[in-house]
Amino acid sequence: MSRDEVLRKVRERFAASIVEIVDRSPRRVYLEVQSDALVPVATYLFGELGARFNIASGVDTPTHMEILYHFTIEEIDLLVSVRVKLDRDRPSIDTLSGVIKGANWIEREMHELLGIDFRGHPRLKRLLLPDSWPEGVHPLKQDYREWDTTAVRDRGV
Amino acid sequence: MGHNRRARQGGVMGKTVISIGPFHPLQEEPELFTLTVEGEKVVGIDLHLGYNHRGIEKLSESKTFDQSTFVIERICGICSTSHPFAYTRAVEDVIGVEEPERARYIRTIIAEGERIHSHLLWVGLAGHFLGYNTVYMWVWKLREEILDVMEMLSGNRNNYAMFKPGGVRRDIDPDVIPVALRKIDGILPTLDMLRKAILDDPVLHARLKGVGVLTREEAIAWCAVGPTSRASGVARDVRKDSPYAAYDRVPWKMITAQEGDVFAKAVVRIMELYESVAIVKECLKSLPGGPIDLDLKGVPPGEGIGVHEAPRGEVFHYVRSDGTNRPVRHKVRAPSFMNIPTCTSTVVGESISDASIILASVDPCYCCTERLAVRTPEGRRLYTGPDLVRLSQEQTRRLRKEMGL
Repeated sequence: MSRDEVLRKVRERFAASIVEIVDRSPRRVYLEVQSDALVPVATYLFGELGARFNIASGVDTPTHMEILYHFTIEEIDLLVSVRVKLDRDRPSIDTLSGVIKGANWIEREMHELLGIDFRGHPRLKRLLLPDSWPEGVHPLKQDYREWDTTAVRDRGV
Repeated sequence: MGHNRRARQGGVMGKTVISIGPFHPLQEEPELFTLTVEGEKVVGIDLHLGYNHRGIEKLSESKTFDQSTFVIERICGICSTSHPFAYTRAVEDVIGVEEPERARYIRTIIAEGERIHSHLLWVGLAGHFLGYNTVYMWVWKLREEILDVMEMLSGNRNNYAMFKPGGVRRDIDPDVIPVALRKIDGILPTLDMLRKAILDDPVLHARLKGVGVLTREEAIAWCAVGPTSRASGVARDVRKDSPYAAYDRVPWKMITAQEGDVFAKAVVRIMELYESVAIVKECLKSLPGGPIDLDLKGVPPGEGIGVHEAPRGEVFHYVRSDGTNRPVRHKVRAPSFMNIPTCTSTVVGESISDASIILASVDPCYCCTERLAVRTPEGRRLYTGPDLVRLSQEQTRRLRKEMGL
């Protein structure tokens, strides 16, 4: 299937859920969908188109919590980033780990670093932060403030 | 056998819980593998990580785009250039530019030189774990030659600091090219000898074939990358699938194997050494002239993604800019993040003496040696790190004896 066909099929199939498609460059497409359509879209990309799930990246913005799920379709050299925007105060979305085993760890990571709830995740426990880290403090959120007054940290330039 | 007797003395006959880590010779960073064993058979595995989480993503967001290049070069000491490679490509993706021709070649040379020494490091340590200390010593001697070449080309044996958004920081001196080529050619006879010794060794066949098999389906389901997936018949390599730098300008082959066992992973890495040697040599010979840097001024608002095939697989960087001089978000995904979870599929059902080589077969870096321990559920120590290495080496010796070698 060519690049145009893939994009056309995705457009047809998920017409009702697509918020925006940004055809950034020959190798990059950003596909924004409503958050409840994430699992079907990912299942289609991963299962039917044979895309590889690279990783997901969560971003905290002033207005919303955003997750980008990156998929590479090697055959046509295309990286599709599926964007979902979540409510910033109570970010929550269905887990992908049932469809893609490789999504298990990154969801745990986003859960602790950004406070996103992944509904249906089999084991949403900490992945990276130490046990001594306080509950409910998410270091990659924009409003994160240093909580440990004794810590010596590099605060940048 | 000795360790069985000790297990009985520990008062445990049924299931035993074995911790590998958090400090462990098989891993790039401290991680804890909790194996549940029945007798010698592994029946369950649980993974914990984060012991060495340094918050580099967060740190990078407080640095300028240029400073970040240096910070992320320190993510890994072995594949130190892979992260800057992916990061600079991500920044270039935000701006919508590509590096000049000469910089493409220099980047490729550094990245492939790194792959050679990284794969050699793995072959050597895999040899050590299996009781082939001669392989270990020979391979590490070869690795020194490559590190010398890297020093000649970049000024550093590791952490080359060659990359910057828009190109490379330093040029390669034309005078060192013939010397570097001679040195690279110099490793080939020994490499050939080692290849034959390793790939034709009947004991290694018996020891590694069919051990720790990662099936093609599992490799895809776990989204494994690099040699870990290519050894399971998944022909994916960023350098071929989405060519960048000089990878589409010089001839080379993607190496794959079908079996998915530890032996297949070793074959893939050893054969990739030859491809990398060919790429470095060809790039050095056909290095084009011209500028090495675009001299970028600032990064506009936007987002970009950079990928690079590191020695362990695809490394992925996502950068978002708001038009200031720092990234507002910098996501880093190293290849081991996708490869380590495959152990869930490969270790269960195997024997404890194979666990160390299977965990090692995805090539998490080797450091922090001798801190591996086997414990009873009550926390009593049964095996130490050296014990598990010894178990693995004994298994090889037993096989050798059985085979009459």
